[in-house]
Amino acid sequence: MSVVEWVASACFLLGCALTLVAAIGILRFPDLLARMHAGTKPQVLGLVLSMTGLGLSIGSSQVAWKLILVIVFQFMTAPVSAHMVGRAGYRTGKVREDLLEVDELTEDLERAKADETPG
Amino acid sequence: MSPVVMWAGGAMLAVAALLIVARIERGPSMLDRAIALDALVASLMGGLAMWSAATGRSDLVNVLVVLALVGFIGSVTLARFVAVEPEDEGRILTPEEVRIHDARLREALERERDRSAAGRDSAAQRAHPEGEQQ
Repeated sequence: MSVVEWVASACFLLGCALTLVAAIGILRFPDLLARMHAGTKPQVLGLVLSMTGLGLSIGSSQVAWKLILVIVFQFMTAPVSAHMVGRAGYRTGKVREDLLEVDELTEDLERAKADETPG
Repeated sequence: MSPVVMWAGGAMLAVAALLIVARIERGPSMLDRAIALDALVASLMGGLAMWSAATGRSDLVNVLVVLALVGFIGSVTLARFVAVEPEDEGRILTPEEVRIHDARLREALERERDRSAAGRDSAAQRAHPEGEQQ
């Protein structure tokens, strides 16, 4: 095996291991925000590793550009869905407040409410 | 790529997908399921990438592009329409509750049938007023 194949194999194995760790986290973590934290790992870093491995093992520039496109699309769409899910979870009370160390959104909302009422 | 790497990675991805499906089945709310579905799509993309590398098929890369583009639509849609769910919504009803629910449903159906029959009568009357007069 050449050096490139070794590097590609290492990238694939790391990406798969990251997906496995994230799946364990999604299954075992106690609330929505913790599960989001675990679930976004394979979507970004795991995918970057897998795409690097695929690009190295196929080794054509045409494929490499498509793989860069995949990573760019994932970078654009993952924050959108995470933002939407987090906001919906907060508004429907899926966030467990006893597990939070810092809860700036609640503080801000309370301050805004206090500013609104005169006096 | 050596088959050892392929089998090891494939086994890890399969176990990961199984754990994620367990979370989808359990997930107390729709948002947990949405997150788990996102992670499932990510593991699917990892598997596709490895398959493509193992067989040398570069046409599968197009599938990866499409998955990266549309994978987030499901969770965004769910998050957009999620509402506060009652605590015992997912519970299975007891036989007693089922009987009450069925009786209520049957009653509503009966009422609906009566109303439609009455409506048909009055419609017939409107259509043929002379027939009534004779």
